[in-house]
Amino acid sequence: MDVQTWTYILVGITFAIYIGIAIWSRAGSTSEFYVAEGAVKPLTNGMATAADWMSAASFLSMAGLISFMGYDGAVYLMGWTGGYVLLALLLAPYLRKFGKFTVPDFIGDRYYSQIARTVAVVCALIVSFTYVAGQMRGVGLVFSKFLEVDIFWGVIIGMAIVFFYAVLGGMKGITYTQVAQYCVLIFAFMVPAFFISIQMTGNILPQVGFGSTLSDGSGTFLLDKLDQLHTELGFAEYTSGTKSMQDMFFITVALMVGTAGLPHVIVRFFTVPKVKDARISVGYALVFIAILYTTAPAIAVFARTNLIETVSEKPYEEMPAWFNTWEETALLNWVDKNHDGIINYGPGSAITGSPDIKRDGLEIMRGEYNEVLVNNEPTSNSNELYVDRDIMVLANPEIAGLPNWVAALVAAGGLAAALSTAAGLLLVISTSVSHDLIKKQINPDISDKAELRYARIAAAVAVVVAGYFGINPPGFVAQVVAIAFGLAAASFFPAIILGIFYKKMNREGAVAGMVAGLLFTLAYIIFFKIAYPELNTPENWWFGISPEGIGTLGMLVNLVVSLAIGMIYPDPPEEVQEMVESIRYPK
Amino acid sequence: MYMSERDLKGYWRKNLRYLSILLTIWFIVSYGFGILLAPELNHIRMGGFKLGFWFAQQGSIYVFVILIFVYVYLMNKLDREFGVNEEDA
Repeated sequence: MDVQTWTYILVGITFAIYIGIAIWSRAGSTSEFYVAEGAVKPLTNGMATAADWMSAASFLSMAGLISFMGYDGAVYLMGWTGGYVLLALLLAPYLRKFGKFTVPDFIGDRYYSQIARTVAVVCALIVSFTYVAGQMRGVGLVFSKFLEVDIFWGVIIGMAIVFFYAVLGGMKGITYTQVAQYCVLIFAFMVPAFFISIQMTGNILPQVGFGSTLSDGSGTFLLDKLDQLHTELGFAEYTSGTKSMQDMFFITVALMVGTAGLPHVIVRFFTVPKVKDARISVGYALVFIAILYTTAPAIAVFARTNLIETVSEKPYEEMPAWFNTWEETALLNWVDKNHDGIINYGPGSAITGSPDIKRDGLEIMRGEYNEVLVNNEPTSNSNELYVDRDIMVLANPEIAGLPNWVAALVAAGGLAAALSTAAGLLLVISTSVSHDLIKKQINPDISDKAELRYARIAAAVAVVVAGYFGINPPGFVAQVVAIAFGLAAASFFPAIILGIFYKKMNREGAVAGMVAGLLFTLAYIIFFKIAYPELNTPENWWFGISPEGIGTLGMLVNLVVSLAIGMIYPDPPEEVQEMVESIRYPK
Repeated sequence: MYMSERDLKGYWRKNLRYLSILLTIWFIVSYGFGILLAPELNHIRMGGFKLGFWFAQQGSIYVFVILIFVYVYLMNKLDREFGVNEEDA
């Protein structure tokens, strides 16, 4: 059977499972809809959190990114796992004891202020919308690549599925589908990794494999081989990287703290029965996440070595079939700058922008060696190869010559990753609207039934909006991911930490701090990423910190402003201080 | 049975001490070994891995997992010691 048939079968089966779970776990009350009645088992919650957290970006893009960044890719590996230590030690148990539904709930109650609540709601909405648009795009991509369905219909199908279980089941439906999605995505990620690890190093465990010797009997370590290939082609050594140390540091902090401050992750720890369960479920979550995150750098090394060895300095005419397939999807391209018919690969980009295939009507135009031609201007360096980073995971099974069902499995896994994260985010959006805005601010007397109805309507509207952005992605989608983490780091994290660990922190300080951290971070990112992208180089950055890492400075701004302003104003009321006291003890 | 004011302070102080020790390890392994000291550690090899590279892309993640489970163990013990564990509720 070909890849496409396999994909239809596997995707069909997984979707049927998700829908079945949705019907079985319909939500009947707001408590079920928001936090699954707080009755989720820690192990289940850990698995759901892992699926919630690992998005299309973790599954499809991260290994590819690392593969091109080498050592520098550690910012994602450490940044997106280290935050869980902060969650377990500093946030989850206390927020669980607090025992409400949302992050704005905590901010609003702890700082006895509707303004604080509103600021938190706005942050939660910006962060979640930014994130969800990327997920819908991921769904569309997988559909169009593997099933040759138009991106438009791909997104529509994805929306319909998410709509079904998020709107119907709320947190309860989402939790149990996420468990299924975790199983699908981790299986899909690990199977090709095991295969390729055995192929290249003879060791089944990829985590050990990429530190082993090559299976060709040469006795050379894989990583040494890759470093050598890199040096020969003029790249920096794979294991050394190119980012400055302070930028590595700041980006890692921003991602860790941002992770710990993301509302859709935090809210998962409101769903377990006890404080104790909240602690241990963060531990389980990180174990499930670590399985993928420790495998990704190994896949990066395997894929990078395979790619260089297959294409570098080889005649175009000897390329395997997958090369042409990916050329036609504009994710891979070769411009024969020196007209020798050989693929010369090296540092720098081969063309300006991403490939725009030259067509004559619908027919793809081809060059001297039958290569796909593009309209883009070639650059002046000697590199002739354009490789989209996303193909490293998608094409990996083909590049390594694995059976068709493995490639289809990757498609099903990518969908599981994108759908599970999208659902978690949509829930945050709908809760923010129905609970934090309508129930807590506009109409406090609303009945549980009516609130539930608003939650469903809000989820439905959010699905449609997310789908719209998935089909018509704003040009800045990639850039705004930095915003999501920066904002979470600069707004929520300090406010929650101070709220738990500093009893005297008052409303004035917290609000001023959140607003200052938020504006500072937003301004810096918008300046470099959207307003003046041409200035986005290390010489112009403050203290050598890239926009990706600025959330760390934003967090410090938040802390300093909170403490300074907080000193001027009176202490919080007695009952708030008592509440802070009470969340510190499980009983 | 509720704890006295003084006991509660003791519980919280001990919790803070665990936090500071565990977070210090968290910082040293990831930011220390993985980033700041990575160039020096890269002179040491562990099989095919340069040590700094290994901490940045593998080791720190394993340590994160261990830290959380150690914290869970310590806190469950502390909860029982001070009678704030939820089982008796």
